[in-house]
Amino acid sequence: MSVEQVRPVQGAALHRGRFGRLRRFEPASLIWILAAAALLFLVATPLVRLLISSLQATDSGAFTIGNYISAYGHVRNLEALGNSLLYALEVTLMSALMAVPIAWGVSRTDMPAKSLIRALILGAFITPPYLGAIGWILLAGPNAGWLNRAFMAITGSQHGFIDIYSFTVLSLVTALYAFPYIFVFTSDALDRVSSEMEEAANILGAGSFYTVFRITLPLVTPAILGGAIVVFLDTVALFGTPAIIALPARIRIMTLQIWQYFEFPVRAEVAAAYAIPLIAITLALFWIQRAILGRRSYVALTGKGGSRTLTPLGRWRWAILGYSLFVVSLAVILPYAALAKAAFSKAWGLGFTLANLTFTNFYTLLSEEGARRTIVHSFTYSAAAGCVAVALALLAAYVVNRKLMPGGNLLTLLCMAPLVIPGIVLGIGFYAAFAAPPVALYGTAAILVLGYSTRFLPIAYVNCAASLRSLNPEMEEAVRILGGTRLRAIARVIVPMLKKSLLGTWLLVFIPATRELSTAIFLVGAQTRVISVMMLDLSENGSFEILAALGFFLLGATILIVLIGYKVIGRDFMLRRS
Amino acid sequence: MSEQETGKHSRLSLSGLSCTYNSVKAVDQLSMDIAPGEFISLLGPSGCGKTTTLRMIAGFIRPTGGTITMDGEVISSPAGSLPPEKRQMSMIFQSYAIWPNMTVAENVAFGLKLRHIDRATTRAKVEKMLDTVKLGALADRYPAELSGGQQQRVALARAMVIEPRVLLLDEPLSNLDANLREEMRFEIRRLHDVFHFTTVYVTHDQGEAMVTSDRIAVMNLGRLEQIDAPHALYTRPRTRFVAGFIGRTNLLEGRIAGERIAFDHFDLPRGVFPQEGLAASGAVVFSVRPHCISLHRDASASDEHIGVEARLVERAYLGEYWDYVVSPAGSDVRLKVAAAPSQVFEIGDTLWLKFDPQQMAPIEA
Repeated sequence: MSVEQVRPVQGAALHRGRFGRLRRFEPASLIWILAAAALLFLVATPLVRLLISSLQATDSGAFTIGNYISAYGHVRNLEALGNSLLYALEVTLMSALMAVPIAWGVSRTDMPAKSLIRALILGAFITPPYLGAIGWILLAGPNAGWLNRAFMAITGSQHGFIDIYSFTVLSLVTALYAFPYIFVFTSDALDRVSSEMEEAANILGAGSFYTVFRITLPLVTPAILGGAIVVFLDTVALFGTPAIIALPARIRIMTLQIWQYFEFPVRAEVAAAYAIPLIAITLALFWIQRAILGRRSYVALTGKGGSRTLTPLGRWRWAILGYSLFVVSLAVILPYAALAKAAFSKAWGLGFTLANLTFTNFYTLLSEEGARRTIVHSFTYSAAAGCVAVALALLAAYVVNRKLMPGGNLLTLLCMAPLVIPGIVLGIGFYAAFAAPPVALYGTAAILVLGYSTRFLPIAYVNCAASLRSLNPEMEEAVRILGGTRLRAIARVIVPMLKKSLLGTWLLVFIPATRELSTAIFLVGAQTRVISVMMLDLSENGSFEILAALGFFLLGATILIVLIGYKVIGRDFMLRRS
Repeated sequence: MSEQETGKHSRLSLSGLSCTYNSVKAVDQLSMDIAPGEFISLLGPSGCGKTTTLRMIAGFIRPTGGTITMDGEVISSPAGSLPPEKRQMSMIFQSYAIWPNMTVAENVAFGLKLRHIDRATTRAKVEKMLDTVKLGALADRYPAELSGGQQQRVALARAMVIEPRVLLLDEPLSNLDANLREEMRFEIRRLHDVFHFTTVYVTHDQGEAMVTSDRIAVMNLGRLEQIDAPHALYTRPRTRFVAGFIGRTNLLEGRIAGERIAFDHFDLPRGVFPQEGLAASGAVVFSVRPHCISLHRDASASDEHIGVEARLVERAYLGEYWDYVVSPAGSDVRLKVAAAPSQVFEIGDTLWLKFDPQQMAPIEA
């Protein structure tokens, strides 16, 4: 091989005058710019549009603050605001009471059946809250609910002991599907507390329980608070459970009030005005959460030093197991039993007789054209949203990580912004910005796909950025020095090397997208119905049997996908803090 | 020859090259010319700017001052920088950066595919190159199945198969264990003797640089201290840093006074030294290697002009040689002297030192 023979790759080296320009017009730059523009379009447009319409008069479009006055001038709207905050607070406290003891039991003690408890908590995690709420209607309906019927049969009482249509039970049912967040945060932190911390207290004469309350729990308090704030944020923005329980119970909740502005006569501008403070609340809480969790030193103090020895509980370990089982029964076992009963019944209120047993509900679902299409819609839109979100997030994370454009922080901000936008507000924003001409996406699949992509963009971004950071930049530099462009490096090296974590990220978008309700409710058209919206309609009609069958179908599909995910990715990608 | 003309005959020419990060000068006014087919090492302690220099040559970093010229054409300047993919160079990374999703053969063929070389030629070139680096049998393995040394060879094959205009190596041996490192430095030199690619090699290990290089550029604090052939660098260091960094040395501080050069409590005649690089008068510093001083029992064995009486103050036996520390009579100067294992002296002995003026390098005071 001769040295002097030089094969030009793409044009020869450039003279001084020309390459300043050429450097700037690297063809790949166009893609970075397009990705940034797409993010701006998806995230900023709906928010700006929402803000503008909140300041416009309904008919004339003139500037006004009248919308804010009519939104907050009503006693019932203020009451809804107060109720929402109280509701979120109750749910947060209940969730913490459920999650913290279980997390401690699973992470730091010799409690038996840990993997069963973890599996059932994962079950609660992947249950759409509104589906759980429907299960609880079957359990705790004032007279017909199974729990109340059992109570009346046993005690001979004329009334049930629990009423689903009450504020406290609404909070309880919501907490049952929110507590896994606190569980994940807390057990993650507990796993990292070195046993030496506890042993140091023991050796000084502290008993086991004293140690738990004075040493272990204080060490993980920031993590508990972090999880609690996520629950609070989630509950303030929650739409499905209140729509199913609070609406018939005539409990005023903020997200429901917003929704009702879209019933005739539609007052979208007032809804926008009413929604803006909701963003302010979430933004403030989010900032507080960052501030708390930012002080990592609390748990990091322990480093990875020392192994973790489990606290032996003796007979008490059955008590903590009993408590854990009690909580997961309320969250998973009882509601799914009730749903199963309904799914296989001709009428859910009738007894456990052979005559009442049927497969018709499943058959109806799979045979009826509309229902079948609805199911297909949910899965295809969610799959597409997963692809869009992962692609955008990967490009954005790449641009930020490699500092390819000035204002990288702005891109991060755009990707993370949907985190503080309640789903229902995002739905309204999308509706306001993209439904009408010139974009005119109303009733199309595209608006749902884009809505889902935007809603779950933060999950995708956080994961993509983390996996990019884990990749040695030399892998990419090796491509470039051999003559490959950045785009080729992404296609041939970065994506293939990250394919497992990208698939995990895709699943983390896909799974919540299949059950997303609050964004979808404003964006579905007659031809683009999805499962979550269909469930809400079925619940309003009282068709609990078909609804339960649909719920089981969704659950089965989700479990299958999660299992495939575990198999392919080979690690716990769901129940971990990211 | 003017600077412009040297540039024309060079493959690579760095001229006044600087790179400043947040007011820290990582590389400061670096200039050097590298001839086609030459093997140059950038040698220095960590943080001396050698990797930054290499990455500027590769096009990953844009200089904040100066230019890099390849075959007479500017490829890097503060105004702009030709992207790495258009430089027709190749590089071997510290982590090897072997793509785990491709087989050995696919890794090596990658650069050829980018050059749209037909399948048959590619296959032939890849096979030949893999044989050259002794990996022919492992073509279809994935990198995860290879040892560190084998991965290193894949990296070499992948970089050389495209016949780069400049081959860059960034501390390629730092992740290997000691034995393999020893073996690979000779392997790298062997491959250079086969292909004669213009090569820039970054290392902090002087042994690697000595074995592989035609010339070594010693860098410190972003500046070029000296660039010379390994032998010249060792025997004629020009700065304190180079003298101390390459091998062990004694620094003798003296003052030229007429026909004598006065040191601490002893002096030597000026006439016995090579006059090149020696000032007419004033302070002077010599670098003297420990094995360039010989020890004798009595004065008669040594030339009277350059013999100095001394006392032995410390000794250590290192197997291959004795490590003695001696002080000239009446002086506190401690001189390291290496002596053959058969030359045994006791602490406190009075000895005669004999200096070899040819091996005393005057350095910048």
